[in-house]
Amino acid sequence: MINDITPYLILSAALFCIGLYGLLARRSLIGILIATELILNAANINFLTFSRFMDVDKAVGQIFTLFVIALAAAEVAVGLSIVLVVYRNFNTINVEKMDHLKG
Amino acid sequence: MLSLITDLTFLFFVVVTLGGAVMAVGLKNIFHNALSLALTLFGTAGIFIFLRSEFVALIQILIYAGAISIAIIFAIMLSPSLSLKPSKRSVTKILISLSVSLLVFVALSYIFIHTPWVVLPEMVGDNSVKHIGEVIIQRYAFAFELISVVLLVSILGSLVIAQKDKKTTIQDSPND
Repeated sequence: MINDITPYLILSAALFCIGLYGLLARRSLIGILIATELILNAANINFLTFSRFMDVDKAVGQIFTLFVIALAAAEVAVGLSIVLVVYRNFNTINVEKMDHLKG
Repeated sequence: MLSLITDLTFLFFVVVTLGGAVMAVGLKNIFHNALSLALTLFGTAGIFIFLRSEFVALIQILIYAGAISIAIIFAIMLSPSLSLKPSKRSVTKILISLSVSLLVFVALSYIFIHTPWVVLPEMVGDNSVKHIGEVIIQRYAFAFELISVVLLVSILGSLVIAQKDKKTTIQDSPND
């Protein structure tokens, strides 16, 4: 099982779709941030799977995964500070109540 | 016998990953969501070890499970009213989201199962940490430098965004 490519791809697809569900259904901003992390993890699993099974140079997929992890750290730092500012200004983090630009 | 144990370990990590992911989006309490996210990240690190990427698994535990989930938990705990608001979810929205994500999952699985993958034979290529280090500072040196700039800018940006007094920002900005 572990020397077959399909289980890893199905796992990453499942993780991506759980993240997609969270992204669509959640209303809390932090919940949306958590769902984004799940999607990035699914992408990481895919990178490493194709690097392990199809690439001769095993380092490239791992390096891309490291880049994704670094970008996720940056995204969480900025995202959490935006959440705090939104909470300070709107007194809620429910995304359906933040519609002031709607007019 | 050994392969049975390996398969069971792999299945254990798969169950940890997917169960944590389901709890991370499904539970009502946002604090439980963040803890389940940490569980998912640990499970993913186990999957990474099965994919022969021990270094990335280590970094995953250090940065993802260690730093990112702790940052989310800190943000939840530092603002007490964030954690007490399980907002009600509308049933139609949940049904639509569930059907969309199930559709995407079925389509992706169909593609993954029916594509004739051409898999390399075992143990081709060098996956040691030494090789990763050489490639990252030779071929991907520019991307490596750029990532550090992005991290620096994001740290400064998050500090500027989250600071309380807005008037000082405008006065201190050096555009004259």
